[in-house]
Amino acid sequence: MRHILSVTVNNQPAVLARISGLFSRRNFNITSLNVGETESPEYSRMTIVVEGNKDTLEQVKKQLYKLIDVIKITELNQANMIERDMAIIKVNCGKKLRNQVIQVVDVFRGKVVDFSPESISVEITGDENKINAFIEIMKDFGIRDIVRTGIVAMDREINNKVVLNS
Amino acid sequence: MPIYSGARILIESLLRENVEVVFGYPGGKVIPLYDELYDAPIKHILVRHEQGAAHAADGYARSTGKVGVCIATSGPGATNLVTGIATAYMDSIPLVAFTGQAPTNLIGTDSFQEIDIRGITLPITKHNYMVTNVKDLARIIKEAFYIARTGRPGPVLMDLPVDVLKAKADFIYPEKVNLPGYQPTYEGNYMQIKLAAEEINNSKKPIIFAGGGVINSNASQELTELAVKGKIPVVTSLMGIGAFPEDNELSLKMLGMHGTKYANYAISEADLIIGVGVRFDDRVTGKLETFAPNSKIVHIDIDPAEINKNVKVDIPIVGNAKDVLKKLVPLIKTIERKEWLKKIREWKNNYPLTYEINEDNIKPQYFIETLNKYCNEDRIVVTEVGQNQMWAAQFFEYHKPRTFITSGGLGTMGYGLPASMGVQIANPGKTVIMIAGDGSFQMNVQELATISNNKLPIKMIILNNGTLGMVRQWQELFFDERYSATMLENPDFVKLGEAYGIKSMRISKLNEVEVSIKQMLNHNGPVLLEVAIPLEENVFPMVPEGASIKEILEPKNKVIRKEIQGEIA
Repeated sequence: MRHILSVTVNNQPAVLARISGLFSRRNFNITSLNVGETESPEYSRMTIVVEGNKDTLEQVKKQLYKLIDVIKITELNQANMIERDMAIIKVNCGKKLRNQVIQVVDVFRGKVVDFSPESISVEITGDENKINAFIEIMKDFGIRDIVRTGIVAMDREINNKVVLNS
Repeated sequence: MPIYSGARILIESLLRENVEVVFGYPGGKVIPLYDELYDAPIKHILVRHEQGAAHAADGYARSTGKVGVCIATSGPGATNLVTGIATAYMDSIPLVAFTGQAPTNLIGTDSFQEIDIRGITLPITKHNYMVTNVKDLARIIKEAFYIARTGRPGPVLMDLPVDVLKAKADFIYPEKVNLPGYQPTYEGNYMQIKLAAEEINNSKKPIIFAGGGVINSNASQELTELAVKGKIPVVTSLMGIGAFPEDNELSLKMLGMHGTKYANYAISEADLIIGVGVRFDDRVTGKLETFAPNSKIVHIDIDPAEINKNVKVDIPIVGNAKDVLKKLVPLIKTIERKEWLKKIREWKNNYPLTYEINEDNIKPQYFIETLNKYCNEDRIVVTEVGQNQMWAAQFFEYHKPRTFITSGGLGTMGYGLPASMGVQIANPGKTVIMIAGDGSFQMNVQELATISNNKLPIKMIILNNGTLGMVRQWQELFFDERYSATMLENPDFVKLGEAYGIKSMRISKLNEVEVSIKQMLNHNGPVLLEVAIPLEENVFPMVPEGASIKEILEPKNKVIRKEIQGEIA
């Protein structure tokens, strides 16, 4: 089972090492981990995707809370969160196929970010499934390289009823 | 506002934390700190190896409840602290370790004696710091001591680049700490406490399982009230020894792998376990699936992560054991529990801790029993790790908290000798008895110099069987008597002790036991007493690793032994 945790931490050296060290030494499996500064430079927010059952998740949360640098942990509810993954994909693509590729990119609301005579590089954002689907299609053309960020996610603002479609 | 160097700020801060003694070993990167220590009203104990400093500070902390402090230089000095820090971490002991570090402009260049001690100690400290700006120093020291002693206690390390120790800053020692991510829960939830009280009042066969958390939170009195009022028998973990007086009829002594048979039987049959400040370690529970199968579990612990970690808990109460028990005791009814207590008495009568005595040699159990007889209440026992530790746990009687000092979670050989120094320094008026095996004693034997130099009147006992006894025991029982690398060729311990100017004696006959104990206890300084014990003596009862705690091995039942061996193999 996949769980997504949004963790507010002190923006200080060694915090990432503390968190990732905790996961490895307790034998918890991280699928992805993202860090970036928040609205206040004192804090960073991590989006951590963890695999495991309910008991594992409980331990993960409790052990994380024990770290002095962890300020807050929110488990994001899959139904009520905004989730984004971003990928840059370099695809084999001579002149002939260019239009075809660009059409697919448009359908997925991707963006072409680089051209060469033999390849095309595309940036795409969305939830994991969308990216996976896009990658599947691109495989037909021949993928040279992929880089993915892993998930960043945030709670939706349900309280104020401002729910936007993704 | 005075302007001080980092080193001076450190000393002034230690004074504000009421630190009276530090254990350390100087080196290049901490010379500025030692220079300040030269004039400071803080006692410095010069150990002979940094590991000794960490263990001594740990012993000081365990026997007093105060924060122990140790100092080491950068690089090898810092890495030598690691085992001591890990020992304190596993047993939740408040410790602050200061390490020297290369100057900030050289950090990351693999400069001389530079090591990433913060990185190394990330998994074995409650928290750690590298101070890169002298302006942060006072605040960080305040935080370090606060973190070490509050919540679930633990070790905190501060790495101090030498230029930070030399740099100057205004000295203001903060009044308060500001740590938004660290808010330990002290007060247990009252609804949960009420639920627990109901369960206790309704249970027919309750048992209290007390651990180191009771001692750490100074909750022995409250725990005793709970047991006596509710007529609830008490078992302890190794770390919980002393939390409940062992001469009380409700005491079942220690539980688990080398616990009493009656403790293991009682907890296996209980319908309610009240775990207080325990973590249900595998040495205690044995095979988890068979642990207390018919029992509900109430678990009181300050660390939420302990709840449901090893066993499934029915009523969790997160909080300080003392606070929680204070609220719990008034809700408990006095119930006679005649049948349950009768059964327990029967177990106690039928399966006491025993050993065979003979005229030819000194059985370690006999020695420890006799020692117990001659010691008054004002004594603290410190142990090494191995058979000596288990015999000391089984055959000595402990009636007060902080009178049994031992490395539980990490099982650190080499702990006892240096830890006893910290204990003796913290308790100058008490008799400190250090019980060791010949193997563990040699792991930090260099500290004899520290003991001798400081005239610490520690009574050091080496139970010498010429072998790494506990490993040998496992080899005998579970590895077809293949004694791989467990026989020791030892030095002459008496000569060794004398080389350090310590009164040293050796005994090997039964009739020498009482005389030597009296001599040792009456001597005004440190004494080293080597006791020759039989090589083949094993620690029993014993639950094999991975077996149910009801599958208990005893000396005679080799057949059962083989059966269980087959089952778990």
